[in-house]
Amino acid sequence: MNKYDIREELKKRRLILDGAMGTMIQQYNFTEEDFRGDRFKDWKQPLKGNNDFLIITQPEAIKEIHRKYFDAGADIAETNTFSSTTIGQADYGTEEFVYELNLKGAQLAREAADEFTTSDKPRFVAGSIGPTNRTASLSPDVNDPGKRNVTYDELVEAYCEQVRGLMDGGSDLLLIETIFDTLNAKAAMFACETVFEEKGVKLPLMISGTLTDSSGRTLSGQTAEAFLISVSHMDLLSIGLNCAFGAKDMEPHIHELAKKSEFMISAHPNAGLPNAFGEYDESPEEMASQITGFLKESKLGIIGGCCGTTPEHIRAIAEKVNEEVY
Amino acid sequence: MDSGNIKRRSLKLAGLEPLVVDEHTNFINIGERCNVAGSRKFLRLIKEEKFEEALTIARHQVEGGAQILDVNMDDGLIDGKEAMVNFLNLIASEPDISKIPIMIDSSKWEIIEAGLKCVQGKSVVNSISLKAGKDEFVRQAHLIKKYGAATVVMAFDEDGQADTYQRRIDICKRSYDILVDEVNFKPEDIIFDPNIFPVATGMEEHRKSGTDFFKATKWIMENLPHCNVSGGVSNISFSFRGNNTVREAMHSSFLYHAGKAGMKFGIVNPSMLEIYDDIDKELLEKVEDVLLDRREEATDILVDFAETVKGSKKKDIEIAEWRNFTPYERVQHALVKGNTEFIVEDIELVRQQHNEALDVIEGPLMDGMNKVGVLFGDGKMFLPQVVKSARVMKKAVSYLEPYLEEEKDENAPAVGRVLLATVKGDVHDIGKNIVKVILECNSYEVIDLGVMIPNDKIIEAAIANKVDIIGVSGLITPSLEEMSDLAKMMKEKGLDLPLIIGGATTSKAHTAVKIDPNYNNAVAYVIDASRSIQTVSELIHPERKKVYAQNLKDEYAKVREGYEKRRQAKKYVSIEKAKQNSGKIDFSGYEVVKPRYEGASNTVHLSLNDLREYIDWTPFFKTWDLHGKYPAILTDEKVGVEATKLFADANAMLDIIIEKYLLKARAVFGIYPASSDGEVVELKVESLKLKGNQTSNLELPASSFIFPRQQKEKKEGLKYNSLADFIAPLKEGKTQDYLGMFAVTAGIGAKELSDSYLAKNDDYNSIMVKALADRFAEAGAEFLHHEIRTNYWGYNKDESLTKQDIIDEKYVGIRPAPGYPACPYHKDKEAIFEILDVTTKTGIELTESYAMYPAASVSGFYFAHPKAKYFGVGMIGKDQVKRIAELSGQTIEEVERLYSSSLNY
Repeated sequence: MNKYDIREELKKRRLILDGAMGTMIQQYNFTEEDFRGDRFKDWKQPLKGNNDFLIITQPEAIKEIHRKYFDAGADIAETNTFSSTTIGQADYGTEEFVYELNLKGAQLAREAADEFTTSDKPRFVAGSIGPTNRTASLSPDVNDPGKRNVTYDELVEAYCEQVRGLMDGGSDLLLIETIFDTLNAKAAMFACETVFEEKGVKLPLMISGTLTDSSGRTLSGQTAEAFLISVSHMDLLSIGLNCAFGAKDMEPHIHELAKKSEFMISAHPNAGLPNAFGEYDESPEEMASQITGFLKESKLGIIGGCCGTTPEHIRAIAEKVNEEVY
Repeated sequence: MDSGNIKRRSLKLAGLEPLVVDEHTNFINIGERCNVAGSRKFLRLIKEEKFEEALTIARHQVEGGAQILDVNMDDGLIDGKEAMVNFLNLIASEPDISKIPIMIDSSKWEIIEAGLKCVQGKSVVNSISLKAGKDEFVRQAHLIKKYGAATVVMAFDEDGQADTYQRRIDICKRSYDILVDEVNFKPEDIIFDPNIFPVATGMEEHRKSGTDFFKATKWIMENLPHCNVSGGVSNISFSFRGNNTVREAMHSSFLYHAGKAGMKFGIVNPSMLEIYDDIDKELLEKVEDVLLDRREEATDILVDFAETVKGSKKKDIEIAEWRNFTPYERVQHALVKGNTEFIVEDIELVRQQHNEALDVIEGPLMDGMNKVGVLFGDGKMFLPQVVKSARVMKKAVSYLEPYLEEEKDENAPAVGRVLLATVKGDVHDIGKNIVKVILECNSYEVIDLGVMIPNDKIIEAAIANKVDIIGVSGLITPSLEEMSDLAKMMKEKGLDLPLIIGGATTSKAHTAVKIDPNYNNAVAYVIDASRSIQTVSELIHPERKKVYAQNLKDEYAKVREGYEKRRQAKKYVSIEKAKQNSGKIDFSGYEVVKPRYEGASNTVHLSLNDLREYIDWTPFFKTWDLHGKYPAILTDEKVGVEATKLFADANAMLDIIIEKYLLKARAVFGIYPASSDGEVVELKVESLKLKGNQTSNLELPASSFIFPRQQKEKKEGLKYNSLADFIAPLKEGKTQDYLGMFAVTAGIGAKELSDSYLAKNDDYNSIMVKALADRFAEAGAEFLHHEIRTNYWGYNKDESLTKQDIIDEKYVGIRPAPGYPACPYHKDKEAIFEILDVTTKTGIELTESYAMYPAASVSGFYFAHPKAKYFGVGMIGKDQVKRIAELSGQTIEEVERLYSSSLNY
């Protein structure tokens, strides 16, 4: 157990969340062989693209990325477990390693965090829980709107296994993020609650939704306020938004959420909008200059980056946050 | 417990949208028709598994003002759990319904739990209680909390349902304490139902049903902080079934008093409510005597009085001056002004003054439309107003339809029957729809076959419907060929009907030269929608039609003669000579800007808000036959007033479209290494590598485009252009040149939106939607081109042009579109679509005539050279046709067909 409590730290200052994992992994140009490592060299299916799996096969690289973010000023590292559920791993046939992925993913981040922790600036590990690639309240088939390719119960089961691993590996908090279907998120929350009951331990919970376009709604159609109401049944550490937008486009929605929320607010926007070729062009300076508006929001407690952000972006954001405080 | 000092916490629920209930909230109406126990129709639909139809009940509830939707599947003969899951999943796919929170209503816990696993919003469980003991109550409450829902708690315990004041408050208090203290349930998520029982049943114990409920409600609101009270209101009037006047009064009065006591929720049929202040005072007094138990004999008095009341509805309307006119005058006024607000009630008054509904149409309505017709003819009314008048007319007629059915005889009143269609391969129908409205306004019956109609279908429908005349429309050049074929086919089938031709690419010359000779009956070209009436009425007039048709034939023969003379006078040079004098740009010293990205882009989602300022409004007014340049047209002496109104209506609709995301705009583009050789531009699409690690689809073939060259003789020294001249030949250029291409649509959702207005007989807005979608598509092309110049290709990074400069084409480079003068070859779109994978990325499809669907779409090429300019290829000679055939591997006939409207022979 971490002797520092993130709730206490949040009373003192705003915390910086790390940036993108995928963007960093891309820079290593790992090959299929790298993804397999020695242990999985004969695995039945290709593993390239299963970024979470690098926790097992390239642990040093993952830990190095965590270090880079801590070095840039991040207070919280997210585990590399966004897709580490049986549902997310099914594409690679690696469902049986889900507990191990979450356990080791949390341990790697824990080790990096402990290297950087000082009493002035303790570092934390957030167990990352993604939305999975299935949706419980949308039909996969336009001609059969009542159809679902995943049920609530299946999601709860998958998430329970993930949460057990993340907790056992030493996560300080859990982060359910990139929520585009609130029903999936509610299943993840149900799983967290179930595992908390099992273990008799509760971790702080961050909830972060994704609004799909400037209509300000989630993919499953909820407004930001409806989303907030639908996940407010647990005592959250924070509620916020990530992905889909750059800081500029996210800002009005953050203010809207802050106005309605009883909880602290978090934000981790993308480095701008992807251009027509799917790349993020926004520089660290541009991005940092855009978060000034966020910092006017007194409820904003946690800020970081999502797609396309790098340690340089996080450094620029951290500097901006520090300027504001001191 | 003293709640006086505590700030009341609000109950927050959510569907797709939030519902916050606090002290300022009025009564919350819970829709109760999706209940198999309460609605026989709903039960039947669920039993027969007609879920789609059952959904319409839900939709009506929401449209009728329900703020929460109650869903109940408790019936012995259905699998309640499965029905609940199916229905809730279907509701989730209907944003119109799922915008409000769901009340999951069942007496079976397993059904409730199954329902809770289907709703993403925060819903309400209806209900739990202490009926089966504390343990079960705690277990269920704990799970409800974990699922994230609020709950109704019935005043029910191990000993049964609470039926007295004391039992009600005792059970509610006990339930509250367990929930709040033991389960840690948020008190604001509790809604108590203290049981509404009928009054006036004659049974002594029911005398206090009203007062006990009110008192219990007041006690709960004062003593159990933050929670709410609800009830099934229609129970109260159970003994007056069949007497809706009394029931409505009683429901309203009950809600009034329960509301004063603090009840915020109620399950009640909104159509079974009277406005409290509108209740007949005598009835109200007697009802309240019963509800409030004010008189010993109250029940008997009400029961007697109930027999005598029959309700009559009143409506308070703000009365404008014209509302004081006679009904006949009001109808005239409404038609001329295009005001639909009162037309149904006015037309009903007029109907009562006539023997038959048909007389209403032929009398007052036709009088009004004739006035409109005269004003239009005199130029005192304009097209947008006429279309609005038609909306009034349609609404009136659709009201009269049931009466017309009754009176139906075979002597149809229509002055003529017109068949309209957009020809095969073409999807453009704004003009056709306007013609339809105008014809209908003038009491023609129109059979509208829609878009993309093959000629044999047109002829078949014309014969089957015994029409008097056929009108066809098209916007793209291949449609001209279809029309010419239609005339031929009409002749072959021996049809004896006039044919009218309209649409943007059609012309008098083309009609005279290519269509008229193919048909022995009259063929008439109509230049714009407003002229269609005169032409149609003359062509089917029993006495005048012969003469009119002959005059047309003579006129077109003259046009042909003139055309032939001019054609012979025009000189064309051989393709060889044209090539020798080509407009090839001198590329020496020109440095090609290498694009930032090569290859096909991902789907680009364009924001309508961004596009709005790129809209070129002038063509929009032209669509509505209002001619003049924007913004001057708004103050034009003749059409200024109407143009201003139209512009305001258009902007109002733009606001709605943008706010509600009713249209979606998508685009895709790509920039490729290219080199020219004569009229051919060869693209390298096979060896593309995108920036970063992505590789494009390697299967793509190398593609080439043939851009025809001008051949019409020019003065010595002038050049003969082909678009290929703007691309560097590989052998000369030291650097590699590039060609870009794109496709944009703003028509995603246009058909649905347009149809939704049509379903409401609102042609005006139906046409408006399509006209605006067209503008958005053009604006999208403009916006994207700007992005290309300044960012993705980046050949003019520092461009600083105003929006108006851009609309005026002051930018560097051009973006000609296939089918337009510089590259008249529509088939080029096929290659663009293949290279960019347009259909998958944007949803635009190509018809067999290479029209894009949705119609509000634009595609084209990007040429970056500063000297690239727009020009018209004009007519080409047989030598060039041969060459194109050789280069493209098509037969001469195929090429001739594709270039049919631009052959000089």
